[in-house]
Amino acid sequence: MIARVIVTPKPVVNDPQGITVRQGLATLGFREVSDVRVGKYIEVSLDAATEHEARQRVEAMCDQLLANHVIEDFRFEIVPDGRKSR
Amino acid sequence: MKFGVVVFPGTWSDRDCGWVIDQVLGAELQYLWHKDADLKGCDCVILPGGFAYGDYLRTGAIARFAPVMEKIGEFADRGGLVWGICNGFQVLCEAGLLPGALIRNASLEFRCQWTNLMVERTDLPFTSQCAEREVIHVPISHGEGSYFADPATLSRLEQRGQVVFRYCDPDGRVTTASNPNGSLHNIAGIVNARGNVLGMMPHPERCAEAELGGTDGLKLFRSVTAKVVKVLAS
Repeated sequence: MIARVIVTPKPVVNDPQGITVRQGLATLGFREVSDVRVGKYIEVSLDAATEHEARQRVEAMCDQLLANHVIEDFRFEIVPDGRKSR
Repeated sequence: MKFGVVVFPGTWSDRDCGWVIDQVLGAELQYLWHKDADLKGCDCVILPGGFAYGDYLRTGAIARFAPVMEKIGEFADRGGLVWGICNGFQVLCEAGLLPGALIRNASLEFRCQWTNLMVERTDLPFTSQCAEREVIHVPISHGEGSYFADPATLSRLEQRGQVVFRYCDPDGRVTTASNPNGSLHNIAGIVNARGNVLGMMPHPERCAEAELGGTDGLKLFRSVTAKVVKVLAS
């Protein structure tokens, strides 16, 4: 299975990258953009018997390493690994 | 008096710290490799600046898994002196030895410049040689030094007097203009509740000799030496 993890700065954390990208978009004429937040995307391939088990493991990975709970939020989805024939 | 200087792959300020300890201060120096599971009898352990493990994922995120970090955690629990400078501060936050986190500078720029710091605690082993509310002149050199903590943590730090250094102007006024990175409350350095673990973004090891533009950093190294010698003598 593959976990697609998205880590974003918490709403209360100042995100200068996001602000700068928003300004860049405005310069290009994308006036409709009100806010941009820049985070990161992490793909984790893992072996798990069930999706439930995979969810529990990935949740623990995010808590312990992939995200810093002081400054970041995370969310993820579990999808089948298309590269493996099962 | 023996200082330990931790070297992770990617650390870059270890030799600068070592020079000050060994050549300027004349104290005993021991480099501690990240794979060492022994602090070799050091009285104070310094986590220097740099980019430990390339700062992959987040600054300091991977360094906390190094074998030496487990020993440093135990050492801190016993009241040992641990001093994180720049990347070392980031590592201490990631390791949970200090609260909060260091995020990207508000300017998005890597800032390498002199700053003025208000010394708010002089009763600590790291600052006893500073005068009360002294303004010291110490350079910074970082891209991710903006201190962040949630409001509850921040107010707890303030109430307990855990903010040790604050960016200020030359007259000691804590202003927005004197804040080089967007740190909340102009925080440049904090200490744990017990007072034995210090984290700071500015580099005292880079201003310990007059040839380098100032010697205020040496006061911090001398404070540690004075403290440890006093403890050993008692």
